[in-house]
Amino acid sequence: MMGELAVDKHVKYIISVEKKKDSFESVVMEHLRMNGAYWGLTTLDLLGKLDAVDNGEIISWVMKCQDDSGGFAGNIGHDPHILYTLSAVQVLALFDKLDILDIDKVSNYIAGLQNEDGSFSGDMWGEVDTRFSYIAICCLSILKQLDKINVDKAVNYIVRCKNLDGGFGCTPGGESHAGQIFCCVGALAITGALHHVDKDLLGWWLCERQVKSGGLNGRPEKLPDVCYSWWVLSSLIMIDRVHWINKDKLVKFILDCQDMENGGISDRPDDAVDVFHTYFGVAGLSLLEYPGVKAIDPAYALPVDVVNKIIFGK
Amino acid sequence: MHGRPRKPTKPEDAAASAAKAQKLRALQNQFIHNHQNKIYTEEAVELSAKLLGINPESYTAWNYRKLAVEQKLSQSESDPDSLKSIFDEELRVVESALRQNFKSYGAWHHRKWVLSKGHSSIDHELRLLDKLQKADSRNFHAWNYRRFVATLMNRSEEDELKYTEDMICNNFSNYSAWHNRSVLLSNLLKRKVEGFLSKEKVLPDEYEFVHQAVFTDPDDQSGWFYHLWLLDQTVKLDSPQLVSSWPLPGSDLTLLGNRCLDGSASPFTRFYSDSGTFPLILYFNQAVEGVNLSTITVDSEVTSNKALVWKPLSTVNSQASQVWATQLNFSNVKTDSSKAYPVEVSLGHSQGIISSNGFRYGKPSRFTFRVCAQHVETKPAEELDRERILWRDEDFHLYDTHSQESSPIVLLDQLSINNDHESTDSEWRAAVIAKEIDHFRELLSLINCKIGKLTLARLLMAHDAMMWPSANKFSHSEVLELYNDLMKLDPTHVQYYKDHHSLVLLQQVTSSWKSLLGHCFYYRDLTSSLTGNPICLRLNNLSLSQVGSFDKLLWVQMLDLSHNELRSIEGLEALQLLSVLNLSNNKIGNFTALEPLKQLKSLKVLNISYNEIGAHSIDTTRYLCSSPLSHSIGSEWYLDKIVADDDVKSYWEAYFILKGLNLTQLDIVGNAIADEKFKLFLIKVIPVLKWLDGEQLH
Repeated sequence: MMGELAVDKHVKYIISVEKKKDSFESVVMEHLRMNGAYWGLTTLDLLGKLDAVDNGEIISWVMKCQDDSGGFAGNIGHDPHILYTLSAVQVLALFDKLDILDIDKVSNYIAGLQNEDGSFSGDMWGEVDTRFSYIAICCLSILKQLDKINVDKAVNYIVRCKNLDGGFGCTPGGESHAGQIFCCVGALAITGALHHVDKDLLGWWLCERQVKSGGLNGRPEKLPDVCYSWWVLSSLIMIDRVHWINKDKLVKFILDCQDMENGGISDRPDDAVDVFHTYFGVAGLSLLEYPGVKAIDPAYALPVDVVNKIIFGK
Repeated sequence: MHGRPRKPTKPEDAAASAAKAQKLRALQNQFIHNHQNKIYTEEAVELSAKLLGINPESYTAWNYRKLAVEQKLSQSESDPDSLKSIFDEELRVVESALRQNFKSYGAWHHRKWVLSKGHSSIDHELRLLDKLQKADSRNFHAWNYRRFVATLMNRSEEDELKYTEDMICNNFSNYSAWHNRSVLLSNLLKRKVEGFLSKEKVLPDEYEFVHQAVFTDPDDQSGWFYHLWLLDQTVKLDSPQLVSSWPLPGSDLTLLGNRCLDGSASPFTRFYSDSGTFPLILYFNQAVEGVNLSTITVDSEVTSNKALVWKPLSTVNSQASQVWATQLNFSNVKTDSSKAYPVEVSLGHSQGIISSNGFRYGKPSRFTFRVCAQHVETKPAEELDRERILWRDEDFHLYDTHSQESSPIVLLDQLSINNDHESTDSEWRAAVIAKEIDHFRELLSLINCKIGKLTLARLLMAHDAMMWPSANKFSHSEVLELYNDLMKLDPTHVQYYKDHHSLVLLQQVTSSWKSLLGHCFYYRDLTSSLTGNPICLRLNNLSLSQVGSFDKLLWVQMLDLSHNELRSIEGLEALQLLSVLNLSNNKIGNFTALEPLKQLKSLKVLNISYNEIGAHSIDTTRYLCSSPLSHSIGSEWYLDKIVADDDVKSYWEAYFILKGLNLTQLDIVGNAIADEKFKLFLIKVIPVLKWLDGEQLH
C-alpha cells in the first residue's frame, strides 16, 4: 500500500528548519541560505502554501544579500556568486516581486561573467562549469535580458561539453552526470537549441538511471537518490522521453523517502531529511503529475504559472 | 544530507551538536569580520584554514585565501622559494579540506587556481591523483582535475589512454574510466595520430576489450554505453549522403491542374496542385547545413533555378536539417500535352553541404525525374469544401495493383536512393558487425540478459541497414521478437522497447512494395472530387507508439495513424505532400506535440479527436516547439492582434500550431481541452475552417 504525500507535515518541516538555526547542520549550510530559501519556498508554492511565510521579511533579507557588483551572496556577509544570484531572482519571481530589482545591475553582473569561449565563470575567481551557463541563461531569460550575452557562443560551449553517451559534463571532456545534464539541457531548452541533443541516445542513458527500487541514480552503477527525481526527470521531460521510465515506481520511491513523523524527504528511505531533498522530492512528484501538487516548469525550475506569467504576461 | 541515517536525536547528541555549532559559528563570525575588514594577518589567514578544515564548502573563505595570497605576493620577495612556499601552504589547506570532503567544488577550484600560477610541482599532482583515484575511482572532480593536470603538463593522450586501460583492468566496473577512454580515443582517431590512423585497425581491439566488461557481468552498465558508441563508430558514415527524395529518381510525375478525372496516371506519382507548384524534397542520412542555390542545381527547361528557396524542415529554429524542401513552379507549362519535361537535380558540385560534425557531402551526384502536366475539369473550390472526409472502414478499399499499370510497382521498389558505398570501406564494417552478432548470440545462449538482447537487436538492424537495399532477407521479425522479449524481461523500460518495436515494425512495412501495398487503400466516396484522389496509407491499429521510416513515405498525401499509442509525431514534417491526416485515438498530450504540422502547408484535413490534449499538467514538448518560452519566436508574439489577447494567452499552444494552417476540416472532440469556448477560439484562429467535429460552419 503506497503512502500518500504528507503535505502538512512537509510544510511544517520547512517552516521549522528556518527556526532551527542552532544545529551544526544549519550552521554548516549558512553560506548557501539563499539556495535553501529557494528550495523551501518553491516547495511551499508547489504545495499551495506560499502564504505560510512572511514575504516582506524574506524579500528584505534577499535584498540585503545583494553586493555592489549586482550579484547576490549565499547569505549576508558572504561573497556574491552566480549560484545565489539565480536563487535570489527565483525567490523574487515566486513572490512576483521582480520589479524591485535593478534589472540592469543584476544582468550586467551575470553578463560580465561570460568568457571569450562562451562559457561562464561562477564569480570573479574564474571557476568554469556548465552549471553556470545554465544559471546565466535561466536568470537572464527571467529578467528578459538574454541579449546582453552572446547566446550562440554560450550554446556552442555547452555543445562542446556533450559526450559520446549523449550526456553532458562540467567542462569539455567531463563525465556525464544527471545534474549537469539538467543544466545543459535546460540551457539549450531556454535558448531554443534542443536540436543539439541526441534525444534517443540521451533518453536511453537517462531512463537507465532507474534502478530496481524505482528510484533514480545520477550516473551508472551509483545508488538512487531522491534529488535525481528532479535532475533526471526534468531532462527526460524536456526531450520528451519521460515515458521511458516507470512513473508509478518512482512515485513510490519518493513517497517512501518521507519522514512521516516529522515531515521532510530524504535521499533514500530511512535517511535523515533536509530541505534540498524535500524540494527535489516534491518537484519530482510535480513532474510526475502527482495530484494536489502544482505543475513545475522543467527548464526554469519554477511553478508553471510563475513562468507563464513572466513569459506571456498576465 | 547524503546517506545519513534518520534517527531521533538523543539529548546528549543534541548538546554535542549545539556545542560544535557554537564553535563553528564563532569561527565563521570571526572570519567574516576579517574578510569584510581585509585583515590578512597570519592569525587571520590561519583562522580561515581552520574554518575550511571543518567546512570546505564555505566558498567565501576560499576567496579570502586567494585575496590573502595576492596580498602576500605583492609584499614578499619574488624569489622562487618564497613563492613556492606561499603556494605550497594553499595546497596543504586544499588537501586537508579534500580529506574532509572529497567533493568540494571550492577546494578543487582553489587547487586549480594555485597550479595555474605555475609555481608548484605538477608531478606531485599526478601522484596525489593516483592515490585519490584509487580510493574513489568514480569521483568526477578528480577525473576533471586529472584532465586539467594532463593538459597542463602536456601529457600525451596515449599515456592517458593507457591509464584508463589500467583502471579498467583493475576493475572493469568503472564508467568514469570508460568515459575518459571514449573521449581520448575519439580525439586520437580524429587527429589521426600514429597508431590511430584507421578505425578499421582500432575498433576491433576495442570491441574485444569491452566484451570483457559486458560478458563478465551483463547487468553492470559500465561497458554498455561504450559498446553502443563503438557500434555507432562502426556504422556511421562521416559524410552526409542523400537517402531519399521526392519526386524519386527516374520517376514520372503527373501534375494535375485542378481536379483529376483521369485514372491513367498512377495515384502514387500524381499530385494535385492549384498553383502549378510542387515540392522537391531531399532526405539526407543526417542533419546538414548549406542546402541552397550554390550547392543544389535544378535544371529544367520550364522552371528557373534562380528563384528557388530551400528550407530546412526542422521543427526548431535550426539551420541544420535532415530534410530540405523547395517549391518547383510549373505553372507556365502547357497542360493537356503528353510531353514530359525532364528535371535534373545536381548535388554537391560545390562544397557547401556540411554535417553538424563538419563533414562535407561526398561525391557530387545527380538524379533526374520527369514531369508532365494535365489539365482537368474544374470544380469550384467551395463545392469541394462541402464534402467531409469520414474515416469509416467501409469507405476504404484495398488498392488493387492488377487494375493499374505496372510502372509504379517497379518504381516503388526503389523507395530509397541506392548509394554505392566505397566497397572496401563497407566490407570491414559489415564484417565487424557480423562478428559482433555472433558474439552476442553466443552470450545469449549462455545467459538470458537484457543488454544481450538489446545489443543484438541493434546489431541486426545495423546489419540490415548496411545491406539495404541489396539484401534479400531482413531481420525484422527476429528483432521484433527480441523487443517483445525485452518488454517482459525489463518491464520498467517497457515503453522504450515499445517505441523501438514500433520503429522496426514500420521499417518492416516499408521494406518492400509488397508489404507496403497491404496498407494502401482507396478512399472511394470521393473518387470524383478529392484532391487527386490519392492513395491513403493506413497505419492504423498497429499499437504504434512512435512513427518513423519517413524517408520511404515522402509520397504520402493521405495518412491514417488512428488507433495507435502515439505521443508525438516527430519527423512527420518530412511528408510535405500530406493533405489529409488522421491522428484520432492516440495519446497526444498537448498541441505542442503537433509542432511538425506547422511545416505541412498542404494539410487541409486533420483529425485529432480522442487524444489527451489538455489532460496533463506537465507538457513534455513544451521546449521542443517554437515559442517565446524557448526564445524561438520573436517579438511578433507581442504585436499580434488577430485574436483577443486573453484567448491567445490561455491557448497559446494551440494558437502557435494552428494559426498558419489552412485546415478546412478539423476533428477535436474527445480531448479534455475541447469545450465550447475552445471551439469558438479555433474558429477565430482558422478562418478557412469549414467543418469542426462534423458540423458545417457558416
